[in-house]
Amino acid sequence: MISIRNVSKHYGSFQVLSDCSTEVEKGEVIVVCGPSGSGKSTLIKCVNGLEPFQQGEIVVNGISVGDPKTKLAKLRAHVGMVFQNFELFPHMSVSDNLAIAQIKVLGRSREEAIGRGLKLLDRVGLSAQAEKYPGQLSGGQQQRVAIARALAMDPICMLFDEPTSALDPEMVKEVLDVMVDLAQEGMTMMVVSHEMGFARRVAHRVIFMDQGRIVEDAPKEEFFGQPRSERAQQFLSKILQH
Amino acid sequence: MAEFDWSSIPGAWPFLWAGMQTTLEITVLAVAAGIVWGTLLAIMRMSDIRLLSWFAASYVNLFRSIPLVMVLLWFFLIVPALLESLFSTPRTSDTRLSSALVAFALFEAAYYAEIIRAGIQSVSRGQSAAALALGMSQSQTMRLVILPQAVSNMVPLLLTQGIILFQDTSLVYVSSLADFFGAAYKVGDRDGRLVELLLFAGAVYFAICFSASMLVKHFQKRAGS
Ligand SMILES: Nc1ncnc2c1ncn2[C@@H]1O[C@H](COP(=O)(O)OP(=O)(O)OP(=O)(O)O)[C@@H](O)[C@H]1O
Ligand SMILES: [Mg+2]
Repeated sequence: MISIRNVSKHYGSFQVLSDCSTEVEKGEVIVVCGPSGSGKSTLIKCVNGLEPFQQGEIVVNGISVGDPKTKLAKLRAHVGMVFQNFELFPHMSVSDNLAIAQIKVLGRSREEAIGRGLKLLDRVGLSAQAEKYPGQLSGGQQQRVAIARALAMDPICMLFDEPTSALDPEMVKEVLDVMVDLAQEGMTMMVVSHEMGFARRVAHRVIFMDQGRIVEDAPKEEFFGQPRSERAQQFLSKILQH
Repeated sequence: MAEFDWSSIPGAWPFLWAGMQTTLEITVLAVAAGIVWGTLLAIMRMSDIRLLSWFAASYVNLFRSIPLVMVLLWFFLIVPALLESLFSTPRTSDTRLSSALVAFALFEAAYYAEIIRAGIQSVSRGQSAAALALGMSQSQTMRLVILPQAVSNMVPLLLTQGIILFQDTSLVYVSSLADFFGAAYKVGDRDGRLVELLLFAGAVYFAICFSASMLVKHFQKRAGS
């Protein structure tokens, strides 16, 4: 589904990604972790072309992201993305947040889009909030709306960039629960997260990044059992102390 | 010192009111046209296409570096001649108002462009990333997500610039167009009461601009809370 082959990216002389390669199969859930600045956000943003890269190739559902002939907007319409800071549109009601891209990008009718949005709001447990504005919701609620907004586009896979790290601790669970449901329904997911509990429950593989490199790419059991690299071991022991 | 004599004002009221209407007409139309053109300039200035951003930057710098009154004069002198040769309009038709409008709109657009650019840049990059990630095109992202938010950030500055323009319309006196200031001047000149009429005109400008500024501040406070 997502194939990342020898991708490198630099800002001037600063190497953000060095020769990164990995595969995400259909229905697989991959958790990407690593210290701050290791390039996790950059890597995941390369997958839907939000960040350009200079070398290598990324193929999503048979379409090459780096190819200048690729219509990125068309690809992105079916690759869901959830951001650390939710990024709901503050000037639109929750229900319009869910409908706008369905109408403007997929060409659905307004009734259809609102209806589909309401269904997904119900799924994330927020059908009562449809007419509110994002600013009136808690962080956890906003992030669940953001997930519903991405799902409303019928994505073939979902990208998450630290979806819970801007949340108060008591709201992390409500968002993770939604993500666990998604994973169990077979959604293909690439998740940048330090929530190791989530990784243990639903991840198939865990990727560990450091200084722009994929240092470890292992099945979950192996990763939590005995990471091969020393950096990953240090990182894990630091995280698990919290 | 001679006594003030305000008696010529009531009789001249219809003429003064007509002048105020011209002033308001220039202000409103120039603000509207300036905002439209200014928005395009702001978008060009932020464009990845070098030629466009270079053009917009030069335009803005040029108009911000020459006095408004000079732009007005050029347009009074050049535009009528241009219209004449292009559409062979008869010499008698009065193009002073339209050339004033064009001049103000082109001039103000340079200022609006900078206000609008700052407003657009005040919307976080995450918002456009989210819109693009949903499959929106660059122009949909701009129209549906960025501009609506940018506008509410920049309304106070746009209004303030509009108040400045309202005052600057008095510069059309260079073409002896009877805006409010021009009308007051003419009445005072005719009746030998120039001092009174100019004081009166000043008081009217002050009252209108001051209350408009207060209104802007009020909205700003309400938006901020
Ligand atoms: N536009 C840019 N110009 C220069 N350097 C950048 C730019 N964007 C990101 N970087 C650098 O690239 C590196 C990787 O950034 P990235 O955001 O991908 O890291 P991350 O792993 O997601 O970190 P975090 O956990 O803090 O989110 C960082 O060192 C960052 O400073
Ligand atoms: Mg990051």
